[in-house]
Amino acid sequence: MTVKEIRDQFPALSLKVYGRPLVYLDNAASSQRPVQVIQKWSGLAEGANANIHRAVHYLAGQATDAYEGTRDFVKEYLNASSREEIVFTSGATASVNLVAFSFGEAFVGEGDEIIVSTAEHHSNIVPWQMLCQRKKAVLTVLDIKENGELAVDQLEKLISQRTKIVAISHISNVLGIVNPVQEIVRICHGKGVPVLVDGAQGIVHGRVDVQALDCDFYVFSGHKVYAATGTGVLYGKKKWLEAMPPYMGGGEMIETVRFSGTTYAPLPEKYEAGTQNFNAVPTLVPALSLHRSMMEDPETADRQKALTEFVYASLSGNPLLTLYGKPDSPLDKIPLFSFTARGAHHEDLALILDKMGIALRSGQMCAEPLMDRLGVTGMLRASFAPYNTMEEAEYFVKCLNKAIAMLA
Amino acid sequence: MTLEEKKQQVTEDFSLYEEWLDKYEYLIELGKALEAYPEEKKTDDHLIKGCQSRVWLDSELREGKLYFKADSDAIITKGIISLLIDVYSGRTPEEIAGDDFGFIADIGLKDNLSPTRANGLVSMIDTIKKTAAQSF
Repeated sequence: MTVKEIRDQFPALSLKVYGRPLVYLDNAASSQRPVQVIQKWSGLAEGANANIHRAVHYLAGQATDAYEGTRDFVKEYLNASSREEIVFTSGATASVNLVAFSFGEAFVGEGDEIIVSTAEHHSNIVPWQMLCQRKKAVLTVLDIKENGELAVDQLEKLISQRTKIVAISHISNVLGIVNPVQEIVRICHGKGVPVLVDGAQGIVHGRVDVQALDCDFYVFSGHKVYAATGTGVLYGKKKWLEAMPPYMGGGEMIETVRFSGTTYAPLPEKYEAGTQNFNAVPTLVPALSLHRSMMEDPETADRQKALTEFVYASLSGNPLLTLYGKPDSPLDKIPLFSFTARGAHHEDLALILDKMGIALRSGQMCAEPLMDRLGVTGMLRASFAPYNTMEEAEYFVKCLNKAIAMLA
Repeated sequence: MTLEEKKQQVTEDFSLYEEWLDKYEYLIELGKALEAYPEEKKTDDHLIKGCQSRVWLDSELREGKLYFKADSDAIITKGIISLLIDVYSGRTPEEIAGDDFGFIADIGLKDNLSPTRANGLVSMIDTIKKTAAQSF
């Protein structure tokens, strides 16, 4: 696949902003959407819009097939053991909240411990803090090493008799380092502790096989991986999903409802209360299909590797910049670069680069504890997708230097 | 110079720059030239909430007129607040509280900032207005 063949599928990439071609480098916040996804989305809204599951009429059948077909697709995509292990949510945040609530209700009590890392997104911190408040449990934090890698060697010591779950990101949204999830799961399971993996970034940068990872939960959002916004997935091992109580009540999640008591639907409906996002969820199929074909394309992989190396070398070699997340092995770095510039505030740089047509993220990146840990008030982040070109990367580096010079 | 004259002058100065990058260069210069802000007043109660960067504002009422000092760790933000100070410092609280701050929209500053930054600007204006209202 040439980069043009990929770009042609994404209408937003031909946009101009302030009269300049858009250079979209905020992919870690949200990717752009290919035409297949947009067509699927609007096609369902136009031609198969009816509430799923309950009604017997034709249109409801079409909508239900599209929705449930997506579950089968995602099950295959993640290599889950069964379709009951795939729960649709509104996004990774909703998935973590679901587990923090339902797992917490069943298994966490006063004095118990939950482990997260210092490099987590707020979405993988706050739901656990809320659980700890509810249950008078304790949140324990796994630190990072100087180069940004997780201090996995500290993990075993952190796990105690009271540890109930470990919640860790597959890839930090700030550091852009692939965490050794398989090893983390092995350590935790060795102590009998289940693991939730926040795959919001992980799903974007590699094949995910939940059976090979052996994690207990894996969560991700659709919108970061080219699907519609408001879609998300929770993979959970059947033994946990069956043992946990429902998160929300109402709608599709019941079996029978009496005032004397209600029984709940079997998996996965048990966790899908209320009207589901049935126009949007099926966009996961064309989105993940394209994603897989790009990942499996050697030409695209080579291009991504060259681009990652170029940006990494340009940023880490610039004496004015501090790049965060420099793993020992370059293979562990994804094309996501967070940095600060000496003498130039991240907000000023983002503002100037925006006027040059470059979309970047600035600020705390929903990771305030990590910002505190690294001693900064914010950073600038450039995150690349397979549709970003080397020319865009070069333009970014050039503009960044120009912006820094303007501010000096 | 009356408040109206001052606003008109600032609007004219700003409109000399056609390209937004040039306008930013101008704001950066203004930010750099802003009078030093006392370090001991970089405290939480001087911090304006709602900005992506940190902005501190201090005010003093002298002979019936309000004088502002401000600082920010982001230079463009500092340039923007410098514009505000240039226009409103040395005015009576009544004048400031009664003003609609419409010139900010006239020079296109609000529309050309991202929503988070525009919120920061709104917070700065609100703080200046509130200070004036409390100084009657």
